[in-house]
Amino acid sequence: MTDATVKSSAAAQRAALLARYRVEAGRYDELLAGNGRVRPHYETLISELESLGSEELKRRSDTGRRLVHEQGITYNVYGDPLGMERPWQLDPVPFMLGAGEWRKLEAGLVQRATLINRILADCYGPQELIRTAWLPPALVFAQPDFLRPLHAGRPADGNFLHFYAADLARSPDGQWWVISDRTQIPTGTGYTLADRLVTTRILPEAFRECGVQRLAGFFREAQATLGRLAPRKTDHPRVVLLTPGPFNETYFEQAYLARYLGYSLCEGQDLTVRDDRVFLKTLSGLEPVDVILRRVDDDFCDPLELRNESMLGVPGLVEAVRAGNVVAANALGSGLLQSPAFMAFLPGLCGQILGEELKLPSVATWWCGQKRAESYVTEHFDKLLVKPAFRSRLRGAEPSGPMSAAEKAAFLRRLRFQPHLWVGQERVEFSSAPAWTCEGLAPRPVALRVYVVATPDGYRVMPGGLARVAPESGGRLISMQRGGAAKDTWILADGPVEDVTLLSVAGQEVELRRVGNNLPSRLADNYFWLGRYAERTDSTSRLLRSTLLRFSPESTGHALPLLEPLLDTLVAQGQLPAAAEQPELRTNAEALEAALLAAIFDPAQSGSLRSLAGQLQRLGMLVRDRSSNDLWRVLRQLDDRLAMPTSSLVMLAGDAIGVLNQTLLQLASFHGLARENMTRAQGWRFLDMGARLERAIYLCTLLDAALRSPEADNPSVLEAVLEVADSAITYRSRYNLVPNMAAVYDLVLLDDTNPRSLLFQLNQLAKHFEKLPRERESALPSAGQRVLIECVTRLRLLDPRPINRLSSRWHDSDVGRAITNTLNDLPRLSDALAVNYFAHSAISRAR
Amino acid sequence: MTYRIIHRTTYEYSGPVTVSHHSARVNPRFTDVQSRRRFTLNITPEPAVRKNRTDYFGNRVCFFAIQEIHTRLEVEAISLVTLKASTPPALALSPPWNEVAELFRDPVSPEVVDPYQFCFDSPLVRTAPDLAYYARASFPAGTALLLGVANLNQRIFRDFKYDPVATSVATPLEEVWVKRRGVCQDFAHLAIACLRSLSLPARYVSGYLRTHAPPGKPRLVGADASHAWFSVYCPSVGWVDFDPTNDVLAGEEHITVAYGRDFSDVSPVSGIITGGGQHEVRVSVDVEPLSEGEARKQEWADEE
Repeated sequence: MTDATVKSSAAAQRAALLARYRVEAGRYDELLAGNGRVRPHYETLISELESLGSEELKRRSDTGRRLVHEQGITYNVYGDPLGMERPWQLDPVPFMLGAGEWRKLEAGLVQRATLINRILADCYGPQELIRTAWLPPALVFAQPDFLRPLHAGRPADGNFLHFYAADLARSPDGQWWVISDRTQIPTGTGYTLADRLVTTRILPEAFRECGVQRLAGFFREAQATLGRLAPRKTDHPRVVLLTPGPFNETYFEQAYLARYLGYSLCEGQDLTVRDDRVFLKTLSGLEPVDVILRRVDDDFCDPLELRNESMLGVPGLVEAVRAGNVVAANALGSGLLQSPAFMAFLPGLCGQILGEELKLPSVATWWCGQKRAESYVTEHFDKLLVKPAFRSRLRGAEPSGPMSAAEKAAFLRRLRFQPHLWVGQERVEFSSAPAWTCEGLAPRPVALRVYVVATPDGYRVMPGGLARVAPESGGRLISMQRGGAAKDTWILADGPVEDVTLLSVAGQEVELRRVGNNLPSRLADNYFWLGRYAERTDSTSRLLRSTLLRFSPESTGHALPLLEPLLDTLVAQGQLPAAAEQPELRTNAEALEAALLAAIFDPAQSGSLRSLAGQLQRLGMLVRDRSSNDLWRVLRQLDDRLAMPTSSLVMLAGDAIGVLNQTLLQLASFHGLARENMTRAQGWRFLDMGARLERAIYLCTLLDAALRSPEADNPSVLEAVLEVADSAITYRSRYNLVPNMAAVYDLVLLDDTNPRSLLFQLNQLAKHFEKLPRERESALPSAGQRVLIECVTRLRLLDPRPINRLSSRWHDSDVGRAITNTLNDLPRLSDALAVNYFAHSAISRAR
Repeated sequence: MTYRIIHRTTYEYSGPVTVSHHSARVNPRFTDVQSRRRFTLNITPEPAVRKNRTDYFGNRVCFFAIQEIHTRLEVEAISLVTLKASTPPALALSPPWNEVAELFRDPVSPEVVDPYQFCFDSPLVRTAPDLAYYARASFPAGTALLLGVANLNQRIFRDFKYDPVATSVATPLEEVWVKRRGVCQDFAHLAIACLRSLSLPARYVSGYLRTHAPPGKPRLVGADASHAWFSVYCPSVGWVDFDPTNDVLAGEEHITVAYGRDFSDVSPVSGIITGGGQHEVRVSVDVEPLSEGEARKQEWADEE
């Protein structure tokens, strides 16, 4: 190829890439200048994208979607009938900003954070601004977010605002405006990081060529800031991330950040206040907490002193904060400044407090608590966006969409009755930025959220941010709740890019640690159930596979009795309805086939494999901050594999067996990862205990059903038992003959060299119990250990041989009784664990 | 007049409580007419943490935490309080209500910032146009503020039936308004909501009321209850207390404990427990008038 052809093909590519890029009149476009030329800071990116070509871009965009899915980057949408969790929408084309423009924005953001911090300190302190009329009193006193119990408390380092975020929009003249301030819980840093990781994986060449500033430095500053807040003098301050729980819309990023920053993710019930100090409940007792990075709203944090219907918080937290024994970031009460009404007063306050002009303007705002503003807003009602001035709990009804004359009159009456509850704002014209669509690049309205962290040298801005684009071109609303997409934000560097990592600096002395017993009790609980559900899914798959393999719709009637033990086990485990409920299942092969397929794929049936996989994924979510990405990915794929549209339930048994085989392979990799990759700490121990216990219960259930069958000594029933217990190969290698009852039961019950035998599970459980932190407190065995000693002794004394002499009523034999008794004892073991280790009792209010 | 008040709150739990945190606002305030001569707070079991402080509104609060397993908690507050006889304000001489309301509309002068805090919606009291309409009947144009409030006080007394079973601590004001029934707390909230709906500052007062035995019968010990009323701000006079449950101005028989925007700011004893199961709470209050001689004997110096 000659230079000329390269050029002309590049031109053709460019034509293809930007062919449909039509900037809407009256909008500022981030990519194209008024003359239709690509702006300089987008040039490198665009030529990189061009050299990839549309086909390749499409492929990479699909890869991006897959990465988002695999990593489980999700966003919970409230009230979504399709299930709460939604995949995060990521647009692969980054949002670009040049170094010079960024420096100006940075200066404006630092000034704004400094100002807001000072205003907060005054409102929660001397209230000079109110007494000198720089701030209208109603702006503070009428706000539900002004938390009086926090008044007159001074935060440890003097800062109320450790983290701050601002939403920015650019108007047609190219000016940036702040459209909202996030002063309480600036969400989105985790998503920003996740977006960066995905975007750089799909566009590595462009990322390298553009010279993009890195994000890691910001997170390191954040870690250092939180560490410095610790009131205890210690090298290892304990920072926890307090989450409202998995139903919160940004739970994903909370778990993600906790893991990235190395903090424990905990809910209110995991913490307790003793002697005015906050502690984390762990397996080995209470561990002091120094700093709480909170994702729980201000007024939900302490049901004793703040909003007392809240059960998300920690009773006594406010008093612990007051006593200076724990620090919350941001400080409790910082939500006050989130009110858009403050925007109307920032220019004046900036002059008064900092003696400077406000560098970054806010969108024009009129707070109706002032007479003149009220008249302006009522006169220009149709042009303005009128919305609540304060976060309101009961009266959410803000005007949305066009109103009839009567509706408008009614609304204005409400406004005039309590004008201070409303603000009017100019409607924002967003700029547009290139987004990837099925037709190439297209301009979409864009908003940018940027983040700031407090450091000893003042505020620092994250060089990047969370850009969001609207789903259509004319959009005025940009919201992830309503179908928008996120973009990574690339801030170009002036010079060489500095590489930063979160790992400790080399050469620093490190105290070697090997622990630990400090696993939060709730996580131990989650690991235990993760183990149980993984094993339940495994056993259920085996049982369903064995059933389907033995089942042929042609062989009706006489073949079914041999299936009975397997079907009874499926009934006992909740995969099939009881024979009494649907007797036709035992006579009609087609009905049975349908029921078996439903037991695999039907998400609405609580014991089905599909819903077990769903449970597994939910539990995986709860331990995400502590487990590897691979473990999560396996659970994710398992769920995907079983996610069949209900219409395809009409499927051949042969296909279903294929799916079951795949499922078993996925589970094998789950167990493999758990065995090979988890340190032998308490998390792994509880996972394994859960799996062992579940396997023991499953095995006993199966054997109990088999012994109750009139065909219990039938070789094909024994064969099925061996197969479900995954011991067929071992049996054949040892006995090389038609299954013999005593030999089969010996192998699956008593052989402690067989990792599938009952005794093996019990022995492993006993070993785990010995290592648990609270088992050695007493000279006598604990409740759980007693159960195990009883079960193990019973099995050790059992002689299976007499069973061969019976011709019926096998379950009345010694073997049968041992199985029944073990089956009754095992739940007691689970209870003993729960009482000792998982106790996180609920709090309630005493009136 | 001097009173000795014994205010006892007892919680019985059906299961063991492992840890509990409480706050108590049971220590009577000093006011222009009221002085506290003794206050003792007995808590059983003995709290591991116990601290006193003054809250945002100047009320004394005791925070305590019990960290031993328990199934019963008793909080006993003993106060000795003297109230000065005082002449009630001349209601008719107070300024016209609409002038007062005007003072509390933007821009508000810094001198009245303190009462201004009591003009806004609070967690349990929300203003509403219907309430403004109801209240307006007591305030024809130019009516002296306190005369209007006295009239509103009386109308609430007449229009609403005292009914201890109709409502609970958690009953919202909207329901009281519809049912036309309630107890002292509801009537105080209602009056406050009415006044705030007219842009007048009003606050909630928690305290005790001396009760009189029926003629010829002895005073029943412990049969009293804690009481609540409201207070309105009148320029040049200050805060004036009205009791809508009894249609009176609060006087020498009303002992003030605490005030705030509504009940949620001054709840006498509240707590969050871990464990405990079902619980039952009993409150007994005894307000005993004392002669000065007896009062001297009981007066100690053990503040809190």
